[in-house]
Amino acid sequence: MNFSQLKMEWLGNIKGDVLAGIVVALALIPEAIAFSIIAGVDPQVGLYASFSMAVMISIVGGRPGMISAATGAMALVMVTLVADHGLQYLLATTVLTGIIQLLIGFSGLARWMKFIPRSVMVGFVNALAILIFLAQIEHFRGNSFWPFVLAGMALAIIYLFPKLTGAVPSTLVAIIVVSMVTVFGGINASTVGDMGTLPRSFPVFLLPDIPLTLETLMIILPYALSLSVVGLLESLLTATIVDDMTDSESNKNQEARGQGISNVVTGFFGGMASCAMIGQSVINVKSGGRGRLSAFVAGVFLLFLILVLQGFVVQIPMAALAGVMIMVSISTFDWGSLPMLAKAPKTDSIVMVVVVATVVYTHNLAIGVVAGVILSAVFFAAKISKVHVSTTIKDEMTRVYYVDGPLFFASVTDFVKSFDYKENFDRVEIDLSRTHLWDDSAVEAIEKVRLKFKQEGTKVRFTGINEESSELMRKLEGMSSGH
Amino acid sequence: MYQKVLLAADGSDHARRASGHAVKLLKNVPDGHLDVIYIIDKDQSKSDVLHYGNKEIIQMKRREQLEDLENDLKEAGISYEVHIEHGEPGPTIVSFANDGAYDCLVIGSRGLNQLQTMVLGSVSHKVVKRVHCPVLVVK
Repeated sequence: MNFSQLKMEWLGNIKGDVLAGIVVALALIPEAIAFSIIAGVDPQVGLYASFSMAVMISIVGGRPGMISAATGAMALVMVTLVADHGLQYLLATTVLTGIIQLLIGFSGLARWMKFIPRSVMVGFVNALAILIFLAQIEHFRGNSFWPFVLAGMALAIIYLFPKLTGAVPSTLVAIIVVSMVTVFGGINASTVGDMGTLPRSFPVFLLPDIPLTLETLMIILPYALSLSVVGLLESLLTATIVDDMTDSESNKNQEARGQGISNVVTGFFGGMASCAMIGQSVINVKSGGRGRLSAFVAGVFLLFLILVLQGFVVQIPMAALAGVMIMVSISTFDWGSLPMLAKAPKTDSIVMVVVVATVVYTHNLAIGVVAGVILSAVFFAAKISKVHVSTTIKDEMTRVYYVDGPLFFASVTDFVKSFDYKENFDRVEIDLSRTHLWDDSAVEAIEKVRLKFKQEGTKVRFTGINEESSELMRKLEGMSSGH
Repeated sequence: MYQKVLLAADGSDHARRASGHAVKLLKNVPDGHLDVIYIIDKDQSKSDVLHYGNKEIIQMKRREQLEDLENDLKEAGISYEVHIEHGEPGPTIVSFANDGAYDCLVIGSRGLNQLQTMVLGSVSHKVVKRVHCPVLVVK
């Protein structure tokens, strides 16, 4: 990257970036706290993460104007890790997640992304929305009706306030108003202060306090792998959306490496694993943020606000945050996919529903994605596994078969069954010009057909085999005869 | 006489009816030109990226939305150009219209989304208030 481009990305839009960064910082406060609570850690873990992530990614990310911070998708993956092993293991996992993402970034991310079908991505965001919603239910348990009133009030403000002005994030206005109602109304409701500590200083660089053993690695590796997949998926989806909204291009491999570096640093600064956020990035772009400076300002201003407004933040009622999260859930869900369910190919709809069901059952987005990719592959194999064999008579002695469709492990059973081996013809010609041999099963099947005809005393000739297929046959035959 | 006309379109039938009126304005006008503006808002950006993923396909799909409308214009022999812009529909149409010194803006009274119209008020209403040139709102 050359200097003038870098200068452009940092200083090309100073006024817009600073203003948008401030708006994003305000909008980040409720979300960073709420996602910490979903993960089961002190609000300070999500706030430190959001600070460190936003600042780091502004320097090393690949998509200027995109906002990364503590997210719901990542928080949901780490719930059981935090519950079973505690914060220090989470910090170590965050560092390991960064290292894995860095490696994936170096290996060329685009190569992996093409294996993820669109229906899996739609299932991913829908499952994310459902999980964020379900995580709010606990705030409404108990006998009090106040949580419903407060959350309802928050939602009303969130959706109606933008009609008045778009300058201040409506989520922040909702939080402030509902907090004041709670405090001055003397309403007894659980607050952010009840959920754990808030940051009192700038984060310090510390090594996670864990035993460096193989056992530790075995605990954190599965979580780190899941977090890497989830983080990169959401980050790339967000980057593509920002690309589209700003009509510009971005380097996805650089973004993947940037996510990796930022997560490593975030783990050492006591933050939870994070990734790009669709909602906040959209707010940033809408508020005029385009350059790297916007994410930098968002991170720094967020930490400043938290340190200054400490006394106020602890009084925010949880029900108000639940209201914000319900809004996040509604805007994350891809509502357009519901009418599509009936119209789209049945297999795509099934994949989408299976991804959602798997995630809701396992509470792990990564497992849902893997299940969706595997199911899509199976459906694809089943779809293209249809071979059609037709036949004509060439002369009195010879029958000709024409094979249509690819030959591979899933199609060879039907292929072998398609011939009448007890022929009255002396010779059989099998035309392979409209097929392709893809694997050893296909070569084996060809051999089987030849032998079966031979047993009945019929001579077989294969014609029209394409070059790649015959090369595959030569290779595999060479292998078996070489023994 | 209206020579340089802007049409706000969104792939709906309302927009296509509006284009019919734009054609009437420009028919038989020497050197008449129609600019068609199609606004992609944040929700559409998000859903297009999610469903189509890749940039080329997204662009193709968006252009497809305007296919019927473009065919009407071609049939009528109108000289036109399509502009796909990103942003909030109302303000984006207003700034595009005010920057371009148009003789007239033609816009449908309702778009694709009824609910949005109910909750947020119509885009056309906001546009009429702020655009400098004459506006033809087609019912």
